[in-house]
Amino acid sequence: MLEVKDIDVYYGAIHALKKLSITIEKGKIVTLIGANGAGKTTTLKTISGLIRPRSGSITFKNVDITRTAPEKIVAMGISQVPEGRRVFSAMTVLENLEMGAYLRRDKKEVEMDMEKVFTRFPRLKERRKQLAGTLSGGEQQMLAIGRALMAQPELLLMDEPSMGLAPLLVKEIFEIIQDINSQGTTILLVEQNAHMALSIADNAYVMETGEIVLQGTAKELMNSEEVKRAYLGG
Amino acid sequence: MLEFFQQAVNGLSLGAIYALIALGYTMVYGIILLINFAHGDIMMVGAYVGFFSISLLGSNILVAMIFAMVTCAVLGVLIEKIAYKPLRNSTRIAALITAIGVSLFLEYITIFLLGATQRVFPASAFPAKYYNLMGIVISNKDIFIIVSAVLLMIVLHYIIKRTRTGKAMRAVSLDREAAVLMGISVDRTISVTFAIGSSLAAAAGVLVGVYYNTINPLMGIIPGLKAFVAAVLGGIGIIPGAMVGGFVMGILETMVSGYGSSLYRDAAAFGILILILLVKPTGLFGKNNGEKV
Ligand SMILES: Nc1ncnc2c1ncn2[C@@H]1O[C@H](COP(=O)(O)OP(=O)(O)OP(=O)(O)O)[C@@H](O)[C@H]1O
Ligand SMILES: [Mg+2]
Repeated sequence: MLEVKDIDVYYGAIHALKKLSITIEKGKIVTLIGANGAGKTTTLKTISGLIRPRSGSITFKNVDITRTAPEKIVAMGISQVPEGRRVFSAMTVLENLEMGAYLRRDKKEVEMDMEKVFTRFPRLKERRKQLAGTLSGGEQQMLAIGRALMAQPELLLMDEPSMGLAPLLVKEIFEIIQDINSQGTTILLVEQNAHMALSIADNAYVMETGEIVLQGTAKELMNSEEVKRAYLGG
Repeated sequence: MLEFFQQAVNGLSLGAIYALIALGYTMVYGIILLINFAHGDIMMVGAYVGFFSISLLGSNILVAMIFAMVTCAVLGVLIEKIAYKPLRNSTRIAALITAIGVSLFLEYITIFLLGATQRVFPASAFPAKYYNLMGIVISNKDIFIIVSAVLLMIVLHYIIKRTRTGKAMRAVSLDREAAVLMGISVDRTISVTFAIGSSLAAAAGVLVGVYYNTINPLMGIIPGLKAFVAAVLGGIGIIPGAMVGGFVMGILETMVSGYGSSLYRDAAAFGILILILLVKPTGLFGKNNGEKV
């Protein structure tokens, strides 16, 4: 479904991604783990078209999207739950969800999807008129996920959705991710919480300073000595 | 006391004009963090378009206003595309200097093309009538200015709060990158912002023509600066702040002229600016981060 091939990304002189390649098959959960500053967020931003790679290519559903405008990429079916949630703080919960459906013209279906989001996150429904900035961290993360779902993505990119949440909520978020996936959405999950991520993913990539250093099925990586030592705390 | 209310009424129409101009400043700032110093001059162009559509085409004041608004919407979009867009990733000071350049360009191209002399707004466009409301005198001009400004603000409020485009403008102003991830086109949103802000300025320009009766190529400078102060007073980037700030500035100015001396009225405006910057730089409506709509 998504094929990232040998991309090089620079921030000025900083070589942030070095010949990075990732393949994601339809219907899977793929996780990308790595330490702070490894380049995970950069990878997601590049897929979404916010940053342009200097070389290499990105294809989605067999279409080259390497130089495609970000809004077209959204229209093609790739949404992102960005790092740090990035909800529109001075807009209501409802308006945030509407923004997620910004490119859609099928009003009736949008309403139905809105109801689905509210069924999935009843707390958002109660707070639909509330400003997003006044939500708790967990609620904001749910809103960020709901907002991304409103675009009806085929591929959902999630950047550290468990960041800063209490353990109980982290568990809930991971269950939600699995549920979204079971309803047909392919997921690329960036996580620091390697243990949880590997436990729900099909395939995994490990990044260090802009490069993929390990890849395989989630099971393989979970049992790999290197991953255990560096990311699973033992 | 009657005198006080009379001054307040006089100040309302001036304030309505400042509010319309301040809205454009604040909307543009909210979305690209630029103080568009050419904004007052766009108002001037609007006044001229209104003037010519009345004097040459014989249109009535409403048609003149619509004409001016459409022309300036296009002008605003062009200015953004030609002058500001190429600088979007450079320093803010570069964009600010460019805005001053655009301002001077508009002023002097108008002088070059139309001459520096002032023109008298055709009196036939708006025959004056006066009404006496319990001792307070109000003219049909004042009523027209206040009503049309308030109507435009209601329309603006509706656009920003309820329409898809208005929500996109707010989203871009709150978090540009997140807005892009929603599929919102930043270029298009910025264009719409300039179009709306400039058309409000154009409407204000025609209203200034009605208010002062005369227009000239440099007429945008002082009202532009005062509207800028109004925007800062309300909290730059905050739309209701610009509305309130505009009315406060207008009323204050007529009070200072009425009770003190008209010599002090401009000084009062800039005194206020200094005071806000000292006491509450984020403005009346500003929160501590208060840069956004
Ligand atoms: N806008 C930027 N300008 C310059 N350098 C940047 C920029 N954004 C990221 N970098 C650098 O690129 C590298 C990768 O950053 P990135 O944010 O992709 O890492 P990450 O894996 O997401 O880290 P974290 O786990 O902390 O979120 C880092 O060295 C970072 O300092
Ligand atoms: Mg990151």
